[in-house]
Amino acid sequence: MRRLTWLAPTLYILFLMLPIYWLLNMSFKTTNEILGTFSLWPREFTLANYATIFTDPTWYMGYVNSIIYVTINTALSVCVALPAAYAFSRYRFIGDKHLFFWLLTNRMAPAAVFALPFFQLYSAIGLFDTHIAVALAHTLFNIPLAVWILEGFMSGVPKELDETAYVDGYSFPRFFIRIFIPTIAAGIGVAAFFCFMFSWVELLLAKTLTAVAAKPIAAIMTRTASTSGYELGLLAAAGSLTIIPGAIVIYFVRNHIAKGFALGRV
Amino acid sequence: MNKTVNQKAWFFVLPVMVLVAFNAIIPLMTVVNYSVQETFGANTFFWAGLRWFEEVLTSERFHASLGRQLFFTFTILAIEVPLGVAIALTMPRKGPWVSVCLVMMALPLLIPWNVVGAIWNIFALPDIGLLGRTLNGLGWDYNFTRHPNDAWFTVILMDVWHWTSLVVLLAYAGLVSIPDAYYQAAKIDGAKSWAIFRYIQLPKMKRVLTIAILLRFMDSFNIYTEPFVLTGGGPGNTTTLLSIDLVKIALGQFDLGPAAALSLIYFLIILLMSWIFYTVMTRNEDQ
Repeated sequence: MRRLTWLAPTLYILFLMLPIYWLLNMSFKTTNEILGTFSLWPREFTLANYATIFTDPTWYMGYVNSIIYVTINTALSVCVALPAAYAFSRYRFIGDKHLFFWLLTNRMAPAAVFALPFFQLYSAIGLFDTHIAVALAHTLFNIPLAVWILEGFMSGVPKELDETAYVDGYSFPRFFIRIFIPTIAAGIGVAAFFCFMFSWVELLLAKTLTAVAAKPIAAIMTRTASTSGYELGLLAAAGSLTIIPGAIVIYFVRNHIAKGFALGRV
Repeated sequence: MNKTVNQKAWFFVLPVMVLVAFNAIIPLMTVVNYSVQETFGANTFFWAGLRWFEEVLTSERFHASLGRQLFFTFTILAIEVPLGVAIALTMPRKGPWVSVCLVMMALPLLIPWNVVGAIWNIFALPDIGLLGRTLNGLGWDYNFTRHPNDAWFTVILMDVWHWTSLVVLLAYAGLVSIPDAYYQAAKIDGAKSWAIFRYIQLPKMKRVLTIAILLRFMDSFNIYTEPFVLTGGGPGNTTTLLSIDLVKIALGQFDLGPAAALSLIYFLIILLMSWIFYTVMTRNEDQ
């Protein structure tokens, strides 16, 4: 019995990796081979699909665009969420519970509901097709999430820390930056990870708010699938490349990931 | 934690308020505005009252997509939650394999949603996909673009692939927080593994599992991109979930009135769920 416990996670990971393997397999094949034969590994191994992506600006700019708006969004969300989470974890004020609930409802709002009004709103203020527009639009669900996670982590820090710092003569901003932020560094890392993740994977709003200049890679992929025929190899190569940033980010937060997914509330 | 009353705390939450309000309230007012008006193009609008709401609530199309949505959500919950808990229980707690498992399991969560759809499309194609080819080889006449049952099977399997890890990671976080002393005490009492699960592990996981179930419930209710890329809502309308239907009406047919009314009804459903979620969460906190 004890010896067999490794079996379930192994099978599960195998199940997770199979579709990803198939994607990688396709990305190294030529279009002819994909459509003509069925093989478990590439027979005519080619890097042509990747070469196309790295040399054609309409392709690689998609990655640059995605990374720009995801970075702006993560920085913005975490910065404004920090003081708010502190307020929720330390103070009681009029309307605090309602406000927290209202923030959460935005995390749960269906993006499909907001697609059309967002398009009109950001066109009206002249931000359509900019990175800022997507970054701002994604704060709709990322700020509530960041506040929620940070509040969980901050509530785990005893209040005595704040009080001791004041007795030692720290002013509030100095205490917050010099003592409090380093104390909850893990929480900030986790919150940033989640903001990155949800901004990176979201497509509906990002696609609605961009046309050319800030178009995310994910949207460029859908265009290719429909217009230039059925270039599965290219699509697979582009898809494989979108997995890499996520994998890197997970690697950095791997020690906090379990607690992070529990939103600091284990 | 005992909190002090301090009204100045509002200044701390002000930036968040302003940003979220800008993104939430203005679009929501636009939607409300459309939902009570009729337009014949050229930006002329007429008052339509609650007609669109009546139309949506009584339309068979809405009932059908809501029904499909509920079926989808409950099916994936029934699979993902027990599976996730089972895998979390069998995962190693210490040693070098922990990180490996966590990183590999979290990987599907960080793949852009349309890429998830594309991966499964390629994987399940009946002629050149590994899954489709294998199933056909086993004698199952599998074709997710043509047979409704196969389409459902693929969409659900895709969601299980995509999101079970969230349940695993949450359940795992709950499990590792149990002190060793609990297990030692159980051992002295001679508890069987089922008893350990029932009386130690499950109660300790209750809180994170509540988060897991409710997050999965709401996110699956909002799902759009993955099934859209995989099946496009087809064959026919068989996998047209609520969001796909809404986008079809709003951006496809540009029927602003009915789309806006549907949006608000949709939003109210989610709001009700969120409220239940929030009450459950805060009640747990008080204990």
